[in-house]
Amino acid sequence: MEISASPAHVHHGEEHAHEHHDPGFLGKYVFSTDHKVIGVQYGVTGLIFLFFGFCLMLLMRWQLAYHGQPLPVLGPVLAKIFPKEMPGGVMTPEFYNSLGAMHGTIMVFLGIVPIAFAAFGNFVVPLQIGAPDMTFPRINMASYQAFFIGGVIMLVSFFCPGGAAKGGWTSYAPLADITDRAPNMFFTGQTMWLIGMVFLITSSLLGSVNFITTIIQLRAPGMTWMRLPFFCWAQLITAFLLLLAFPPLEAASVMQLMDRVAGTSFFLPTGLVVNGEIVNISGGGSPLLWQHLFWFLGHPEVYVLILPAMGIVAEVVANNTRKPLWGYKAAVFSALTLGFLSFIVWAHHMYLTGMGARVSSFFQTTTILISIPSVIILTALLLSLWGGSIRFTVPMLFATAFMPMFGIGGLTGIPLAFNAVVLYLHDTYYVIAHFHYIVAPGTIFALFAGVYYWFPKATGRMMNEFLGKLHFWPSLLFINGIFMPMFLQGMAGVHRRWYDGGASYDLAKPVLHWNAFMSWSAWLLCVSQFPFILNFFWSIWFGKKVDHNPWHATTLEWEAPSPPPHGNFLKPPVVHRGPYEYSVPGSEDDFIPQGKA
Amino acid sequence: MEIPYTVTARPDTGLWNAKIGIWLFLASEIMLFGGLFSAYVFLRIGADAANPWPHGLLNVPVGTFNTFVLISSSMTMVMAWASLKMRKFAQYRIYMGLTILCALAFLCVKAYEYNDKFHHYGVWLKNGEFITGHLEENTPESLTILPDIHHEGRHFWPETEHGAPREIKKADIRRWSNFTPKFSPFFAIYFTLTGLHGLHVFGGMVVNIYFWLPGSKLYRTNPEHLANRVEVSGLFWHFVDLVWIFLFPVLYLL
Amino acid sequence: MNNEHSADDHPHHDISKHVRRYMGVFLALLLGTVVTVAASYIPFKSNEVNIAVALAIATVKATLVAAIFMHLSAERWTIYRFLIITVVFAIGLFSLTALAFSDHIHR
Repeated sequence: MEISASPAHVHHGEEHAHEHHDPGFLGKYVFSTDHKVIGVQYGVTGLIFLFFGFCLMLLMRWQLAYHGQPLPVLGPVLAKIFPKEMPGGVMTPEFYNSLGAMHGTIMVFLGIVPIAFAAFGNFVVPLQIGAPDMTFPRINMASYQAFFIGGVIMLVSFFCPGGAAKGGWTSYAPLADITDRAPNMFFTGQTMWLIGMVFLITSSLLGSVNFITTIIQLRAPGMTWMRLPFFCWAQLITAFLLLLAFPPLEAASVMQLMDRVAGTSFFLPTGLVVNGEIVNISGGGSPLLWQHLFWFLGHPEVYVLILPAMGIVAEVVANNTRKPLWGYKAAVFSALTLGFLSFIVWAHHMYLTGMGARVSSFFQTTTILISIPSVIILTALLLSLWGGSIRFTVPMLFATAFMPMFGIGGLTGIPLAFNAVVLYLHDTYYVIAHFHYIVAPGTIFALFAGVYYWFPKATGRMMNEFLGKLHFWPSLLFINGIFMPMFLQGMAGVHRRWYDGGASYDLAKPVLHWNAFMSWSAWLLCVSQFPFILNFFWSIWFGKKVDHNPWHATTLEWEAPSPPPHGNFLKPPVVHRGPYEYSVPGSEDDFIPQGKA
Repeated sequence: MEIPYTVTARPDTGLWNAKIGIWLFLASEIMLFGGLFSAYVFLRIGADAANPWPHGLLNVPVGTFNTFVLISSSMTMVMAWASLKMRKFAQYRIYMGLTILCALAFLCVKAYEYNDKFHHYGVWLKNGEFITGHLEENTPESLTILPDIHHEGRHFWPETEHGAPREIKKADIRRWSNFTPKFSPFFAIYFTLTGLHGLHVFGGMVVNIYFWLPGSKLYRTNPEHLANRVEVSGLFWHFVDLVWIFLFPVLYLL
Repeated sequence: MNNEHSADDHPHHDISKHVRRYMGVFLALLLGTVVTVAASYIPFKSNEVNIAVALAIATVKATLVAAIFMHLSAERWTIYRFLIITVVFAIGLFSLTALAFSDHIHR
């Protein structure tokens, strides 16, 4: 149990250059214990995984729109790398399933959570609360390393015999238990998926312990709970969700691992028949058990994805409307309520499992309840715009787009709370559209807002505004082009796992033409990410140099130099006021920093 | 740059960092074992006619002995911490050594129990009969089993009597296996729970060995810091003990 | 009471008083183990009673370990808050998954 790091030297900004021991490249960028470096590591790795997961979906969209046709350009290449999965550049159903499962897994566990929680949390939270670093820097480093190993295992699983996991990102048993029955069950995609998950869960566990302790213990003098920026509140609650919701999935992963490797029947019922033969297992398990344990994580996970995004949007909105955040306290208490309720809604994913009417009614009620705090937070953000003199900077564009997008995602979720409606809509594209509106144009847009907003803090340089707008407007257009038609397809009954996009089903005929439209939107969305990639790298070296507070923001991170040195602040910060004191009547500037006496 | 509150408490929370850290970690451990325990409950309620929940398959005297061992280690652990608090270093060394010894003893006993189970077999015949016992011979056509003899009621000491060797044709067998996780849902959850618990014992032991030998150097420079570290590893250790307090009746007795 | 166990004000005589308490708890735990084993061989009215008795004794033992060995009897509220939240969610996990069996549609 590593308790503290005790650096041999006391670091201060000016002395830094004269340090005797130079940590070297490895110590500085790879095995760093500095929260800012770890945050950037998480961010860059997360963005790469996000793009990779996005590319998997682009391949799937080809199959959905032009099923059975060889993939142009990339087809021959993929046929070389995956001769069995992509013979002649045509996708097999198994490979399609792998892509689907891995798209979900990578986007959620390797893309959004690491960026929203670990990257922004690591980089911003200690700065915002006025701390020199995280409480347990070495555990922090271990957290990133566990994440990295988990990610590599997930990628390697594509090259296992039989390909990567194909049981969906939810890995439902018994399918996930019995898939890829190979002589060596260890080197199969699903087993690798489980081992990867154990690493990722360990990583978030270490991260969340660190976050909570840091926020409780290392707040600067005067940083009372109600002076804490909303972003820090969001991260604190997210950390609790990860801390308490992930372990049951870790338990479930271990059990599924036992099912696959040791031949147990945790999730396999008695008398299971596969391919017309009774499987030689003890039986006596229950597939429902996996679903319970999975969704006990799965639903709080949704709020892990959305709460940090709300936090980022709150910061950006307050800064760019030059107004205090409307209803800060209401938003904080709503976020707390949200965190609490998110633990008792999980079985609304399981209405169709036959778990019974009583349980369904319970979860239906709690699910409707949880929409209230979500709406309060969104309302607070929306009303913050009222009467503000809004600066439409690039982060603000993304933050304002977040609100209606998240609104669409949230409101379309309400019908899904009722088990009678789910009988019809379950596993259709309607569900896909609903949660993608929350996490894609919702959370990911908020993440982009965060990248544009804190980029000058991390590098000391601004990102280019024109390229930023060139990134934003096409992205907003095309992302709606992908997901809006999915509502139509879903209401027509198109199932989410149809490998040919519904071509072999009569009921899908009237909405089939949308497939090509959505696919082209997806590919164009990919093209519209290039301004961002270009902008990101170009700005690191050639962006406009700015001082420590280019946005004229109030929170503490903007009082540290850009980029902040090891140890963050030149002099220990003291907090004198709330986080959003913009346009205070009678003050000379339109903002008063938290640290200003 | 020094991170504050590693040794002394922050005034408004009254806690030093690692204490919050370990309690948060234990909270997540509660949920981890909670997940497995709820799986146990789920499997047990859902036990069906093909897989009735078994009783008395485990060795109660050995389990009881191991419970004593773990409880003693918890006591020596808290005494090790108290010795440090009273600044009696030699006494700390003894108590910590005893804790490590207990952990080792626990793991050895566990290994013996596992090994014993791996050498026990169960056979389901197609006519519905179920035989357990020791495997005498295994040929491609048949098995020879020394069947266990069961007496009425429940017994504290495990029954070790065997009947006359019995030859069973493979063609008559529906399923057979030794007492490994795949044998039945009970053994699945038994091995998973105790295996995970054993890993925790092992992990705690490694940390304690570190604080017993190289880590104890800290005593010379900052005894309070060492006491805090031992308190943290102690909290983890007591938690491992606490889990076993539930595991023992749930798996061995009920 | 809250201050009794804060990190830096442990007068040594205070600890030696605790030592006696630790020994008491140790003996109680040993006794509890013996009682649990013995109780499991008493044929109560039904197996459910046996389960309830064994779990009740285990809970008492666990409480002793948590309260005395882990110093929870005099801990800070921050820690209590963590544990209350955790226990609430753990109970939710238990009861709601078990609730799946309350309906006859199941299986």
